Amino acid sequence: MTMRLTRRYRFAASHRLHTPALSEAENRQLYGKCANPFGHGHDYVLDVTVEGPVDTHGQVVDRMTLDGLVREHVLARMEYKNLNQDLPEFAGTVPTTENLAAVVRTMLLDHWNLSPRLAHLRISETDRNAFDLEVCPF
Amino acid sequence: MLITRKAEFSASHVCANPAWSAEENRRVYGPDANPNGHGHNYVVEVTVEGDPDPVTGMVFDLRELKQILNQEIIEPMDHRFLNREVPPFDRIVPTTENIALEIRNRLEPRIRRDSVQLRNVRLYETADLFVDIGGE
Repeated sequence: MTMRLTRRYRFAASHRLHTPALSEAENRQLYGKCANPFGHGHDYVLDVTVEGPVDTHGQVVDRMTLDGLVREHVLARMEYKNLNQDLPEFAGTVPTTENLAAVVRTMLLDHWNLSPRLAHLRISETDRNAFDLEVCPF
Repeated sequence: MLITRKAEFSASHVCANPAWSAEENRRVYGPDANPNGHGHNYVVEVTVEGDPDPVTGMVFDLRELKQILNQEIIEPMDHRFLNREVPPFDRIVPTTENIALEIRNRLEPRIRRDSVQLRNVRLYETADLFVDIGGE
């Protein structure tokens, strides 16, 4: 019997959606206000879902271990940062929430040492949008 | 089609294995192991899957589903100390996972029909922690 457990985290960060592959007018047309030159911020909400059997402690995952992993490898790197300027992962990559979800997936998988697998990520940029990324089993 | 009904109950619990020392319980369960218990406003979302009945136009009678949730979850668990008042949590640690499993086991036989199945039980312990468990 496997079960999914989801833990919700929050981090504040700024970003600017802009690609040098397009002209200023095209960037403006594509990204709208998100292309404003000095960037802007969001309170991101990150839902991390793990999947696995319930262990002898009655748990899918130890919450403190999961929290520690997410805090060290994701939140500490994102919190109060400018995604474009402070994270090398976004050098040459537009920090859309789609790309952010993929970066978070890599950050977690590179350090994953938990017995349940990473199953799903959801990132909300605001209350009105959410991006879901199902993580395929190996 | 999937239909989901939500219910809420408030209860207290302790996550601790009586066979272990206080230190060991604290290491495994953190503050959830505090011996006198603490409470949560649990939210359960029950998802039922089936085809709408051609006569009634309903997958499942929502009044009946509400009644089942009341009988199996709310009445026995709301405003109770799970470890002391709600079996099997006198002998099974009431983690979010184990409470969700118990809810699934109570609901499954009452919801299953030829054309209807319990698809998912989602149990929120807090807004920041929930588990999902399929019906099978």
